Amino acid sequence: MIYKLEELLISVAASLLNTPNIQHVAVGAASPIPGAAALLAQKLGAGKLDVTIIHGSANNAFSDGGRELFDCAGQGRVHAFFLGGVQIDGQANINLVGTGNYPDLERRFPGSFGSAYMYFTVPNVILFRPEHSRRVFVEKVDFISAPGVSDPGIQRNGGPKALITELCLMSFNTEKAQFKLESVHPGHSVEEVLDNTGFDIDIPKNVPTTAAPSDEHLKLLRAQIAPEIAKTYPGFAANVFNIKSAA
Amino acid sequence: MTTFLDVSELADLIPNGAHIAIPPEYSFVPMELVRGLIRRYTKNLSVLCVPIGGMAVDLLIGAGCVKQIEAAAVSLGENGLAPRFTDAVVSKKIKMKDSTCPAIHTALQASEKGVPFMPLGGIIGSDIQAHRDDWRVVDDPLGNGNGPILLLPAIQPDFTIFHSPLADRAGNVWVGRRRELLTMAHAAKQTLVTVERITDGNLLANEQTAAGTMPALYINAIAEAEGGAKPLGLTDCYERDGDAIRYYAAQAKTDSGFDDYLAQHIYTNTQQAAQ
Repeated sequence: MIYKLEELLISVAASLLNTPNIQHVAVGAASPIPGAAALLAQKLGAGKLDVTIIHGSANNAFSDGGRELFDCAGQGRVHAFFLGGVQIDGQANINLVGTGNYPDLERRFPGSFGSAYMYFTVPNVILFRPEHSRRVFVEKVDFISAPGVSDPGIQRNGGPKALITELCLMSFNTEKAQFKLESVHPGHSVEEVLDNTGFDIDIPKNVPTTAAPSDEHLKLLRAQIAPEIAKTYPGFAANVFNIKSAA
Repeated sequence: MTTFLDVSELADLIPNGAHIAIPPEYSFVPMELVRGLIRRYTKNLSVLCVPIGGMAVDLLIGAGCVKQIEAAAVSLGENGLAPRFTDAVVSKKIKMKDSTCPAIHTALQASEKGVPFMPLGGIIGSDIQAHRDDWRVVDDPLGNGNGPILLLPAIQPDFTIFHSPLADRAGNVWVGRRRELLTMAHAAKQTLVTVERITDGNLLANEQTAAGTMPALYINAIAEAEGGAKPLGLTDCYERDGDAIRYYAAQAKTDSGFDDYLAQHIYTNTQQAAQ
């Protein structure tokens, strides 16, 4: 079946969530693709995966206010979470605040959200940033919303495990503080990844092609996940899945 | 003792320079009260977004009501950047105190408990922390070898404001599971609420409604404002008006577009004539 880039990215993210050590994935602000991936992984895992989409009431069982996500993560009850970045560097530092010499910014973005905490408390943070370019993947971020690695003396149970872009999937090695190329999406090449990345990546000899979403997964996604994610992200669901919604 | 007023009287209670706490975009945002603050040309507000700001905050900034924002982020969600916010921060028309979601919740919890500060894990090594000279990193003060930890000073807003579906005549207000509103009201010096409607029953008389009710004890004044969260949504009452929000997001991209929006949607006929 023909698929859209968004559907490939949802499929890649869902595959990272289907592992026994992830029983609860939470999805934060402005994250329609991660949200759809979490719901798809839940379906594929026969409902064994708990999914919390924190914005709004749909797919959100939290009942103790805005702090509950962070209290839950602080106790180790959130096993996976997604973070993005205006800039991401080779040590997996992420910048969600802006470009320029803070506070003298050239461009301002929304802000750090809960990243500075979730990065320390959630063991499987998946970095998600579709735009794969040298303006995003920089040698050093202009502002560290959340650091990729910490000194040994700092209490830290969480951190980055993977990075998904429009070109590839990478893993992150915390000890080496370095990304490793895991697979390149269909139609793209290792050279293209290197040309568009501003930091050093560990490139293995053989880099496989990312698995395309199966017909079965695409059908599930379009028929069952799309109307669910529309409850939180009506604009995204309209654009990608042609789902009409009141909002 | 809760008093019952109209929305413009409620807005009059918030003086220039007040420190106000506003809930996040997805529900219970007091849009009509925000429009009331803009109509009375309120100035120099310090706004605490709990923990993320949206259209309400962008409007207040664009209308010149704001001196300072403290937030984990300000955005229009699916409709992109909050244009008045990003413009005002880059051009330094407002001061931005960058924070992170749990830091705002925790600092309000400190006020809720009446203690001067609270510790919070994580965050150390972030440039958020590096730029906050009111925050402190200390070594585990109990000497149990847990390493450095961040201390956050309590935040006590002058006012918490929100819009709820329902109040009763005793001044109790329904909040359902939006329990950050309780933390915000417990922490603030005063809480002002607009509601869709006022019921003759007592929300505390029944355990099912009592569990989702903020008692009048914390609420200083209530105003009835049907549709008071529009064009944003209100849980179980109405969906957000996507077209209206997209229209705002487009208008707010330019100074003149934003001014047109204020003239069309916020200022009264008299105010438009005066401009």
